[in-house]
Amino acid sequence: MALRRLRADLHIHTCLSPCGELTMSPRAVVRRAREAGLDVIAVTDHNTTENAAAVIEAAAGTGLAVLPGIEMTTAEEVHILGLFDAGAALGPFQAEVYGNLPDLPSKMRFVDDQVIVDAADYVTGFCPRCLFGATLFSVHDAVELIRSHGGLAIACHVDRESFSIISQLGFIPPGLELDAVEVSPRMSVDAARAAFGPFDDLPVVRFSDAHRPEEIGSAATDFFVEGPGLEEIRRALAGEGGRRVITP
Amino acid sequence: MTLSELAARLDLKVFTTGLPLDKPVLGGYASDLLSDVIGHGRKSDLWLTMQVHPNIVAVAVLKDLAGIVLVNGREPAPETLAQAVREKVPLLGARAGTFDLAGRLYGLGIKGS
Repeated sequence: MALRRLRADLHIHTCLSPCGELTMSPRAVVRRAREAGLDVIAVTDHNTTENAAAVIEAAAGTGLAVLPGIEMTTAEEVHILGLFDAGAALGPFQAEVYGNLPDLPSKMRFVDDQVIVDAADYVTGFCPRCLFGATLFSVHDAVELIRSHGGLAIACHVDRESFSIISQLGFIPPGLELDAVEVSPRMSVDAARAAFGPFDDLPVVRFSDAHRPEEIGSAATDFFVEGPGLEEIRRALAGEGGRRVITP
Repeated sequence: MTLSELAARLDLKVFTTGLPLDKPVLGGYASDLLSDVIGHGRKSDLWLTMQVHPNIVAVAVLKDLAGIVLVNGREPAPETLAQAVREKVPLLGARAGTFDLAGRLYGLGIKGS
């Protein structure tokens, strides 16, 4: 099969994230992603995958591919992106994450409601857990957990002053099996590499980390792949079989 | 003042039991962002932190720090302790939090920059 160039923004929050706007409903996310010319997105709420299925369903038949994902907060307060196959059964993974998320209050001033929705944007519940808290997993354990459930692990926004593996740990620890590092929309890849690199030999991607609809697609990465599945994304990051990524 | 004097006076726990504690402590730094310690830590500083990741040892070696104190009763990860022993970086622990421990160190004449 021939390789196609697919534009991907694989770091998008929904209304379930404590800092995600209520307007980040499944239908709004899908609509805006299509307007932005994206071919693939991933739903990556803080420490939860519970809204991913609704966005996958909302995108059915639109031509937009949606991967379920998560943005985990490690014990060191490093953000690690986990991306999974659209068909993955994430119940056991989610149970592990919730089981290692300290029981802190979730309702506070400045923290938005953590809204669980269905594919038609109806509210079906509220997550009672403190999703902005740090899990008990070290970065190594978080990466291993993601990989053991078939996922890809990416160090988030390495150019930021907080929640970045560089800000928290000074440098990427040796032996950490990351699939890529992510640079935020605030900085170019070259500038980030010069300031925070060289990131070992890891591929560098750039995603939006959108918390509001207008931010979706504000940064994206092109994948030369046969299709939008997770395995193709993995092979592109690894540079296998002619597949590759181009990070504008 | 040496690490062993400080450990005795502040009732610090010594995790790296086999290592000598005769290094002089010339100053102190408190931070949980390792990037910040790489930027601002100075040679022979005693470093107070919550972080227990093995990277703290690498930062201490890089900056030639006198030692690391884990605050709030935190215990080093096993790999962190092994690496501290390997790299000869004294690793200590305090029941107190950063604020109180830094205050007591200041009172003993250990100051920041």
